[in-house]
Amino acid sequence: MSMVIKGGRVVDPASGRSELADVRIENGVVTAIGPKLTGEEVIDATGCVVCPGLVDIHVHFREPGFESKETIRTGSRAAAIGGFTTVVTMANTNPAIDNAGMVEFVNRRARETACIKIRPAACATKGMQGKELTEMAELKEVGVVAVTDDGKDIPNSAVMRRVLEYANMVGLPYLAHCEDHDLSKGGAMNEGRVSTVLGIPAIPKAAEEIALDRNIRLAAITGAHIHIQHVTTAEGIDTIRHFKAKGVRVTCEASPHHFSLTDEAVRDFNANAKMNPPLREQGDIDGIIAGIQDGTVDCIATDHAPHTPTEKEVEFADAPFGIIGLETSLALTLTKLVQPGHITLERAIALMTVEGSKLCNLDAGELKVGGAADICVFNPDEEWTVRVEDFGSRSRNSPFLGERLTGKVKYTLCEGKVVFPLSD
Amino acid sequence: MPDSDRRVWTKKDLVGMEDLSRDEIELILDTAPQFVEVSRRESGIKKVPLLQGRLVVNWFHEASTRTRTSFELAAKRLSADTLSMAASTSSSVKGETLHDTLHNIEAMNTDVIVLRHSAAGAPHILAKSHASHIINAGDGRHEHPTQALLDAFTIREHIRAQRNDPTANLEGVKVTIVGDIEHSRVARSNIFCLKKLGAEVTLCGPATLIPPHIGHMGVNVTYNLREAIREADIIYALRIQLERQHDGLFPSLREYIRLFRIDSDAMKHAKPTALVMHPGPINRDIELSTTVADGPRSIILEQVSNGVAIRMAVMHLLVNSGKRR
Repeated sequence: MSMVIKGGRVVDPASGRSELADVRIENGVVTAIGPKLTGEEVIDATGCVVCPGLVDIHVHFREPGFESKETIRTGSRAAAIGGFTTVVTMANTNPAIDNAGMVEFVNRRARETACIKIRPAACATKGMQGKELTEMAELKEVGVVAVTDDGKDIPNSAVMRRVLEYANMVGLPYLAHCEDHDLSKGGAMNEGRVSTVLGIPAIPKAAEEIALDRNIRLAAITGAHIHIQHVTTAEGIDTIRHFKAKGVRVTCEASPHHFSLTDEAVRDFNANAKMNPPLREQGDIDGIIAGIQDGTVDCIATDHAPHTPTEKEVEFADAPFGIIGLETSLALTLTKLVQPGHITLERAIALMTVEGSKLCNLDAGELKVGGAADICVFNPDEEWTVRVEDFGSRSRNSPFLGERLTGKVKYTLCEGKVVFPLSD
Repeated sequence: MPDSDRRVWTKKDLVGMEDLSRDEIELILDTAPQFVEVSRRESGIKKVPLLQGRLVVNWFHEASTRTRTSFELAAKRLSADTLSMAASTSSSVKGETLHDTLHNIEAMNTDVIVLRHSAAGAPHILAKSHASHIINAGDGRHEHPTQALLDAFTIREHIRAQRNDPTANLEGVKVTIVGDIEHSRVARSNIFCLKKLGAEVTLCGPATLIPPHIGHMGVNVTYNLREAIREADIIYALRIQLERQHDGLFPSLREYIRLFRIDSDAMKHAKPTALVMHPGPINRDIELSTTVADGPRSIILEQVSNGVAIRMAVMHLLVNSGKRR
């Protein structure tokens, strides 16, 4: 059975293609890209962009342990709604993903329940305790694409150094959540004008920047690939730019909420604007956008972090950190980066596909003949309102509810199968 | 009451001084004197029927004697039924949301809920989605609006008496707040309130207890007590929480006393007309010496009496003029 996606603009940053063309798919594989293709089934993509299925190297699907927040099934549905076909899941589940058996569990749940591709990250230290290394070589053999103690930084610099040395030997990147936990302790939002007025215990930017600086310097002496997650400060971007220029193997991601919102979003004590690292200030947004423009920022990743309404509808200080992001990531990138002219559509797609894929060696995020038919079809001009009813996530903790955004996913295909619109 | 027709109260809740306009603040201050009079009645019947048949619930998530008693007395003098609830844990610890807890209270058909909570924003979150009138009796380090109102009222009474001008206001009055600003909801509410009324605010205390971004609130900051109080009309000492010392926020009480205590030595550098205030309870001889606390310039006990009148004014305005959903 063959399928043709007709009339769209095919954008594949990996090959530099950006032209009106049809895409033919047979047996889950792209078999032709070109004009006037035919097939038994036709998807009309007139006015739409046809690009590689999106890639997100930073999501939390909460299974096992926190299935009331999200499961691999519901998380994958949220991803499909957002145009994603490959995601890297974080390891801070319960139990944490710190051994091959736990990875096999995730792989099995992914095979049985996920509609898109799940590529697990595993803990860098046992139980995420920041002390003993995990068996990274075996973890890699069972499919782990990166190691990380995401959610925490590794407080002991000597342990961090060993983690990087060992991960480098094994050939896995380390995904670094940068935080000096002593400095951030008790904080619930960015330290600045807004936290001062609201009297909310706060997290200074330095808590992130000190750890970021340390982690990159350790990458420099070990030669390891360190990937800095969710950079939120202009200074942090400057530091990364500096070390990249010196040839250190450092890469980084920006999260859509960090280039879309400032700490003003916390003003009404909305716990859906609470995440870690927190929303910063306009100067930081400007710094992140500059970093996206000059290539300092390597990719866009959501840090999709579901929490139930019950957990979030409590006092601001008591609410857990984290927001969901898969359903809104593409539209925020288009609305906040492409529409104002900060970057081109092609670059935006690169940041959401092949660039992240390269960092974790995912072999994804490309649209080429002979490759898997992982495809996202979206209308770049369609406006829509973010609504809970349209979420695939089990949770609803988004600060963008009710917001008008531009750019709507119409179809998501994973290995040739239409996974969005959802079939059930 | 001047301009009473122009300044109509419409708010359902009192959650913070940040949300009030100068007109609204002055309306509350101008509503209070009649209630001061009620509390001083020679007849002995210190009661008016303005909230008769209404239910006021004092819901205190944090220990408090003074504020809770003051609200309770205010409600009783307005003839309301009152109920006090103390809960030491937050909703999340009990596995409920904040809304669940409030729904349970509201199911008793409450009219006013006076909420003291350890988390900033708790009353704000509830006020938005609940029918009862919510009064913030202190939320975390954020706000304590009735304290700021009673302080402004007390200052205004004294300015009027000193200047022998019954219409004098706080325009240009210099207020110095001394102590732990970082953890103080009293400081934040007072800064909002005093600035809106045209007063000039100076903060003084250890650098570790003054938030680095506080300048954005339009205040002066100094670490030198003498300099801070030299020009002050009002010297406002805050309670220093003794446990802050163990958090490493200042080296010792001894050094705190040396640098920041308001005592007779310090008062030599103040204007002869300067008055001393404190939100209570006082750590005697730590932030305030006994001689000053009990001396002729202290107006601390007036703050307490005025607190009842201000809280009566607030409840009366909210219930009898405020919009209710």
